[in-house]
Amino acid sequence: MRDPHIHFAYLDERTKRMIRRAILKAVAIPGYQVPFGSREMPLPYGWGTGGIQVTASIIGSDDVLKVIDQGSDDTVNAVNIRRFFQRTTGVEVTTDTTAASIIQTRHRIPETPLREGQILVYQVPVPEPMQHLEPLEVETRKLHALQEYGLMHVNLYEDLAHFGQIATTYDYPVLVNGRYIMAPSPIPKFDNPKMHMNPALQLFGAGREKRIYAVPPYTSVESLGFEDHPFSIQRWEQPCGICGARDSFLDEVITDDQGGRLFVCSDSDYCAKTQAAAEQPGTAL
Amino acid sequence: MSMTTPLLDMEGVHKRFVLHLQNQTVLDVLRDFSLRVLPGECVRLSGPSGMGKSTVLKLAFGNYQASAGRIGLRAADGTAVDITQASPREIVQLRASAVGYVSQFLRVIPRVSALDVVAEPLLERGPDGHPLMELDAARAEAGRWLERLRIPASLWQLPPATFSGGEQQRINIARSFIRTRPLLLLDEPTASLDPLNTSTVIELILAARDQGVGIIGIFHDPEVAAAVASRSVAMQAPSP
Amino acid sequence: MSQAPLLRVRDLRCAYGAREVVRGISFDLWPGEVLAVVGESGSGKSTLLNAVAARHAPVGGTVEFAMREGPDGAGELADIYAMTEAQRRLLARTDWGFVHQNAADGLRMNVSAGANVSERLMALGQRHYGRLRAQAADWLQRVEIDPSRIDDRPDTFSGGMRQRLQIARNLITAPRLVFMDEPTSSLDVSVQARLLDMLRMLTRQMELAAIIVTHDLAVARLLAQRMVVMQGGYAVESGLTDQVLDDPQHPYTQLLVSSVLPP
Repeated sequence: MRDPHIHFAYLDERTKRMIRRAILKAVAIPGYQVPFGSREMPLPYGWGTGGIQVTASIIGSDDVLKVIDQGSDDTVNAVNIRRFFQRTTGVEVTTDTTAASIIQTRHRIPETPLREGQILVYQVPVPEPMQHLEPLEVETRKLHALQEYGLMHVNLYEDLAHFGQIATTYDYPVLVNGRYIMAPSPIPKFDNPKMHMNPALQLFGAGREKRIYAVPPYTSVESLGFEDHPFSIQRWEQPCGICGARDSFLDEVITDDQGGRLFVCSDSDYCAKTQAAAEQPGTAL
Repeated sequence: MSMTTPLLDMEGVHKRFVLHLQNQTVLDVLRDFSLRVLPGECVRLSGPSGMGKSTVLKLAFGNYQASAGRIGLRAADGTAVDITQASPREIVQLRASAVGYVSQFLRVIPRVSALDVVAEPLLERGPDGHPLMELDAARAEAGRWLERLRIPASLWQLPPATFSGGEQQRINIARSFIRTRPLLLLDEPTASLDPLNTSTVIELILAARDQGVGIIGIFHDPEVAAAVASRSVAMQAPSP
Repeated sequence: MSQAPLLRVRDLRCAYGAREVVRGISFDLWPGEVLAVVGESGSGKSTLLNAVAARHAPVGGTVEFAMREGPDGAGELADIYAMTEAQRRLLARTDWGFVHQNAADGLRMNVSAGANVSERLMALGQRHYGRLRAQAADWLQRVEIDPSRIDDRPDTFSGGMRQRLQIARNLITAPRLVFMDEPTSSLDVSVQARLLDMLRMLTRQMELAAIIVTHDLAVARLLAQRMVVMQGGYAVESGLTDQVLDDPQHPYTQLLVSSVLPP
């Protein structure tokens, strides 16, 4: 139920306009980090304020919103953010990926393929992919501007040298539109291929770091690698213990204190749909 | 290449040292000195010490700067280059192709073995840009020269810094003769050598002469001088 | 041998505010030539080096470098301060090298030796891990570092090893011009000898042109064919190294040469 004492989507209209300008610029330069005037939000930094500000600036009364956290609609984070938007906008909410027009996500991309017209909003902790190698922002800006990305490969080389494989398994750096290297947020590398040529618009918001970036629909997104050690995604031997899916990202769940474990789809909506389809063959997902 | 073009043509050369640190003391070592050396000649510079014999050699090599006059060296293409006017780069080129200097003392470089010291001239690039020899061939050739000058094989891998004066001098000679230049400047080449090695050096000098190398030498030993010199130039104090 | 110089410096002037530290220096450098810039503290030699290496903008004069172009290898002389920063940075990564006095300034201390050495190749677009590693190992061997240390970090290396690693990191792209700022000054004497010998060999083998700043005349004599003596920002004497050292003309040069204690 919408709270009438709060302005629609919490942010004032001028702020929304500023953020929309930043979003337009981000969409015009895929993968480029656009600074924006991040506002104080009713959640602290580290809880998705960037994603919330992006969603708040684009959401309209006829939108349908889905919020997930690590693939699940039911975690505390997802529940709180969803309730925040219900209270400040009164829009329809859903757990169904296909029904949503805006999906705000923390650290996963839904398994169900997205379609044109949908918007995926990512929550980003650290927008700068070279942050830990080059802490000076003055320098990383120059590296991006001059397309000097040797340093990123130094990082991958180090992984190979020390671990025999590229050890980065989430927030795996990507090259967007053949130009900018981007941090896709801590999604598992399993999800990276989904970003490539996606029909939906992908927006990224970092509240604490005050950056917005974007991948427009049908944009090339390539994960970095070496010729002899190319990018590869995780694979599991087992299917999901609940729905039997073999093609989704699985979480490992400890079921008892004797070491029993279960592998379960991280995307709760996908799992439920797959389960339903298995019980009633012929049902469209 | 004309056989009458001198390898060295020093004309009216003055050499004056101004010692700024010693109250601007002026030392005139050479005044109006001229010398011409043709291929196959061995010119002995004689006279008491302090008369400027070494100075003449160093001027010819470009190690000292002439205060006046000209010093013409014949370059590889037969033209005469006045080294008093030449750029450092040109002098470096001339030292590679036209003139060699055998000083009295070997300037030792740490860590470089005696074998490699002698082999080094063969690894320098020739006019075509390539080294004369590959490393292994150069070292083999260097070994032959060290043998000829009776340096024991046990010393070949050691840097010469700890060698005796005579051993160092023989290495210096090997290094200078292994790849001769048309003009050779010798400063007391047998000073620390025993009679056996002295006669070897005499052989080397005569062989070089026969090949048409022009030599200017300072020989303290009159017997050596008599054996190798085709003429003598007596150096005297410059008249005031 | 090409007729055009590799580097042309004309009337270079540098200043820190009102204080002039380099006053009108000019010289040419040809391929394969090593030039030593000697002088005492405050002579301006390091500032000169940095100005020529595009690390410190001069207040006057020009620095021109022959770009790697043309069928004969010798390209046009280009004013390095008229280039874009992108072009300068590319030059610094490929055709130039810069060896710092303190190796830690020229290395990434928090990544492995192999990554340090192959970084330039990765920056130029090489993407084959196996080949990058092989080239890095090869260069470690050339600078006499045990290739088994390829995965070790430089903070586990001795000073001499770090300096040699810095050299490998710079030379792997076969630059035509290398700048060195007191490359051996912070090393022990025996370690210096090894490094100098290596530099001597590498400059000869790779036909490197180099500008070496040093206060040590013995280093100048060993490595450089040419020398410039600086005092108070001026070049008081220059020429063939052995000539300047054995037959110094300028009073300051004579002072410098006579001040060195023979061991």
